[in-house]
Amino acid sequence: MISAQALNKYFHRGSVNEVHSIRDLSIEIEQGDFITIIGSNGAGKSTFLSCLSGTHPLDSGCITVDGTDVTRWPEHRRAGFIGRVFQDPLMGTCAGGSIAQNMALALKRGQRRGLSRGVKPADRELFRERLRVLGLGLEDRLQDRAGLLSGGQRQALTMVMATLVRPKLLLLDEHTAALDPKTAAQILELTENIVTAGGLTTLMVTHNMHQALALGNRLVMMHRGRIIFDVRGKEKAGLGVEDLLEKFHSQEDAEISDRMLLG
Amino acid sequence: MTLYAFLGALEQGFLYGIMALGVYLTFRILDFPDLTVDGSLPLGASVSAVTITAGHSPYLALALAAAAGFTAGAVTALLNTKLKILHLLASILTMISLYSINIRIMGGPNVALLGTPSVLTDLEGLGLPLFELTPMFFFLIAAAITAGLIWFLHTEYGQAMLATGDNRQMITALGVNTDNVIIFGVGLSNSLVAFSGALIAQNQGAADVNMGVGTIIAGLASVILGETICGKATIVRACIAVIVGSVAYRTAIALALGLKLGGFSFTPSDLNLITAFLVIIALTSPMLKRRFAR
Ligand SMILES: Nc1ncnc2c1ncn2[C@@H]1O[C@H](COP(=O)(O)OP(=O)(O)O)[C@@H](O)[C@H]1O
Ligand SMILES: [Mg+2]
Repeated sequence: MISAQALNKYFHRGSVNEVHSIRDLSIEIEQGDFITIIGSNGAGKSTFLSCLSGTHPLDSGCITVDGTDVTRWPEHRRAGFIGRVFQDPLMGTCAGGSIAQNMALALKRGQRRGLSRGVKPADRELFRERLRVLGLGLEDRLQDRAGLLSGGQRQALTMVMATLVRPKLLLLDEHTAALDPKTAAQILELTENIVTAGGLTTLMVTHNMHQALALGNRLVMMHRGRIIFDVRGKEKAGLGVEDLLEKFHSQEDAEISDRMLLG
Repeated sequence: MTLYAFLGALEQGFLYGIMALGVYLTFRILDFPDLTVDGSLPLGASVSAVTITAGHSPYLALALAAAAGFTAGAVTALLNTKLKILHLLASILTMISLYSINIRIMGGPNVALLGTPSVLTDLEGLGLPLFELTPMFFFLIAAAITAGLIWFLHTEYGQAMLATGDNRQMITALGVNTDNVIIFGVGLSNSLVAFSGALIAQNQGAADVNMGVGTIIAGLASVILGETICGKATIVRACIAVIVGSVAYRTAIALALGLKLGGFSFTPSDLNLITAFLVIIALTSPMLKRRFAR
């Protein structure tokens, strides 16, 4: 189980540009949870994932994984239990390396890298097997440079790489947003297959409410650095887009009336 | 060009080619423009010279020079990764510090190595004239180091180093501490440069604090010329290209120095200007080609 307690994250703290991106955010992520995260632009979704991955240090709060406090662990150390796919398809792979080299780098996630051969012939069959699932023919192109692949192919490769070593937590930050609708749908299907087949604990940020409702067992709505809505199971299954919109607007209305009262 | 001059250019090409491999490692692999080399080349020479004049083995001198170079590179990388000083500036700071340090090491601006043993001493008595043996000897050393670098870049750690230069965010997300990789990589690069400096000092029989001026630009020229000649499709190709580029560069320099246009000829002090021109032309040639192709 992954537990985040009272997280706070500021940018440019103490300056006129101060942004309080994450505000007293707490969440308990159960083993096997597939959580979709929605919220308006700037709600803090990406920042929240970055706080979990250790990319941004926290200003306060505490993160534990199966009881181990990882709050002070640097990003590369947390990578031992976290798999990530970024929004930008170019971000997840090395353009200059071959598909095999990229897969070999991913196969060593969380382990010491030594002076044995980088791409081991014995691992090629594993790489092919994992790539075959994609149905993109990448299994026959192990020697091709990743930079030659299309955005969708690279994102699919990144997805495979992020889960090549089973992660305790999979973080997907709008990983289909930069793709054309058809490719996005394929990557989404792939995501669902990989996540459900492995029973992977997953956080998936999306700006598409249909996706957020269709996938996962739990849905979280963020607003201004806070979680304002957290539903799971049957309750989530019963939700429609209108319910989400209503939830969202009621929050905004509440804020407007607050401001009017205060003003 | 005489055979003698050509053999001389070969010798210089292999000697400085080891330095150019170091520049390739930072400039191309790590994407870390590193000017430390202008200081670490004479550092290697200084350490080597004082080790030999103190009566120790010239091979020990090479090892100590490489270790000193590694330290210098690691300092630059530490300034960059831990103190967040821009890489270029960090390397300039180490470079100018090394000027003072090198004079301290030598106890003056230069040390002459006359009548002292060098790694070349063992070559005498092999029967062939020395001006033919030394290029072969330095070729073997450069080839061994190139092979070693190629091997290293194909290891797990070497692959992580390539990825660090290519996509730092990605390789961090795959669990690599890129700070450590950069420190080791820039250290390794400068150990090659210092090793090269140590060999140069033993070969020419002197170490001088100013012998490093223009090292980075000569290294870049070799890397870029090599890429133009051999291409850089694979690591093996790119590494061999560096040595080829270094030989091509030294040959070009030798040709330029032998050139006479009426009363005008180039002097060794014109080298930096010639080199800068070479690098500018090599860097812009793809762009120029495209423009003229239209
Ligand atoms: N690196 C950064 N520097 C400064 N401000 C940032 C940075 N990253 C995010 N922010 C700010 O934090 C808030 C939350 O951003 P983000 O987490 O990217 O939102 P979301 O992903 O939900 O759209 C925004 O106000 C944004 O401007
Ligand atoms: Mg975002």
